[in-house]
Amino acid sequence: MTVVAAPGGDVTLVFIEFGAVALALALLARLAGRLGIPAIPFYLLGGLAVGRGGLVPLAVSAELIALAAEIGVLLLLLILGLEYTADELRAGLRRGAVPGAVDAVVNFLPGFGAGLLLGWGVAAAVLLGGVCWVSSSGVVAKVLQDLDRMGNRETPAVLNLLVLEDLAMAVFLPVVAALVAGRAPLATVVTVAVACAAVLLILVVALRWGGRLSAALATGSDESLLLALFGLTLLVGGLAQRVQVSAAIGAFLVGLALSGPAQARAGALVSPLRDLFAATFFLFFSFQVEPRSLLAVLLPAGALAAVTAVGKVVSGWVAARRMGVGPAGALRAGTVLIARGEFSIVIASLGAATADGTELGAFAAAYVLLTAVAGPLAARFADSARQPTGATLLLSRKRLPGS
Amino acid sequence: MSEVTEVRLPGVGVRHEYTTSAGDRVGVLTHRSGHREVLLYDRDDPDRCRAVLHLDPEEAYTLAELLGGAQVSEAAASVQRIEGLAIDWLTVRSGSSLVGSTIAEARLGSRTGASIVAVVRGDTTLASPGPEHRLQAGDVAVAVGTAEGLSHLRELLGT
Repeated sequence: MTVVAAPGGDVTLVFIEFGAVALALALLARLAGRLGIPAIPFYLLGGLAVGRGGLVPLAVSAELIALAAEIGVLLLLLILGLEYTADELRAGLRRGAVPGAVDAVVNFLPGFGAGLLLGWGVAAAVLLGGVCWVSSSGVVAKVLQDLDRMGNRETPAVLNLLVLEDLAMAVFLPVVAALVAGRAPLATVVTVAVACAAVLLILVVALRWGGRLSAALATGSDESLLLALFGLTLLVGGLAQRVQVSAAIGAFLVGLALSGPAQARAGALVSPLRDLFAATFFLFFSFQVEPRSLLAVLLPAGALAAVTAVGKVVSGWVAARRMGVGPAGALRAGTVLIARGEFSIVIASLGAATADGTELGAFAAAYVLLTAVAGPLAARFADSARQPTGATLLLSRKRLPGS
Repeated sequence: MSEVTEVRLPGVGVRHEYTTSAGDRVGVLTHRSGHREVLLYDRDDPDRCRAVLHLDPEEAYTLAELLGGAQVSEAAASVQRIEGLAIDWLTVRSGSSLVGSTIAEARLGSRTGASIVAVVRGDTTLASPGPEHRLQAGDVAVAVGTAEGLSHLRELLGT
């Protein structure tokens, strides 16, 4: 008896293909763990291998993978929202406005400029700016943990910057989603206004009544909590997409709304699901990128990665110095932020439908591949170089007479 | 001993730190998961840690015990994780109507909905005092109950 019919294909073949892909991802994740670098670049490479023009193109399971990828984005953002409490967001906004603004300017503008230089439309250029702007919270958190830096003085500055970036995305994504829709200027303004109003509404509702929602959810069994979360995320995501706010932001806000014991349990329950679907998302993203087009943009993407790596060092430096951290710590804060990852890919995938979508996809894939590998390496280097800059030398010399 | 400072780490937890008289900066990072990191800061670069000790909740508890930490506060922390249940330390004031009455006579359970689970008198702690225990002015009652119940009890004890 056939319970599920694959859309226009043989179910068994879909199982075999998808199973093989998942196994390949498992191997890649293992390899990444061995090498001590994040798994995202490996997933992207895996997608290149099975995509168009790759080594072993998939025949039938693309539709299933595409749907799983969409769910992956929602879960990725749900978990991101779960990481933060409302209080942390408020505190981040209060204290981090200046470093947050510096971060946006020195990273967004180079990306935006590069997009225009490449002759892309404004929407695609804005998206590339976004790709460069946001550090990968996932990779940064992992590097901080691996290098035993969670207790360091500069770490709060780094984490605050990540909070601000993620929060800024709640406004940025709906705005670019409206830009991408490419309607007349007036219609775009209206869409942006509606989108921003919707985000604000959900945010207020989430912060105001999130406690009650969490209390209601916390009483049920794990099973019911998981189902409720999954349903809520898809529902709010879908509704958000309806009013031109990206579904991802809807999911992010659902995560923000949860607090207390429900938040902790939700994080533990959804994380395995997120790992499964998010891996599929990264795979599917580069699945659509032709390896040849990626090679073609490797050089400009590398140049942009170098420029925006300096940008991140600057924003990390500013954020850490404002908290009274010394030069060595400020350099550690900057280098750890170089890695871009999940959010950059989410942003680039928004532009898939634009005229420059294919090139943007290839560019973003190359860019994330480079920064996600170079970022952790740079962070390690900053750790081993005890006296990395002239400023540090000067400082230590100043201290000598007293010590 | 110098002052303990608190730093919040969004998405991670909270960090407390202080300087010892020998000049070492020591910190404890409490992760949301309950895991702890004991931190010893570097003297040359005070922003980084010279040593980090990772402890799971049980190991942290053992270390706290070895260092002579109060068991009551640890137990209290685990009680606080139950939704709707709060715990509070309430001093029995000399003007309270309950001074001199036993816990049974005070009928706290039915009057306030909160119950006294321990009484600290001077240096001694009496865990789960019996109904015949007589309250004295200056006792510190460790009480558990709903938030309303506790505030009602606080009024009765004159705190």
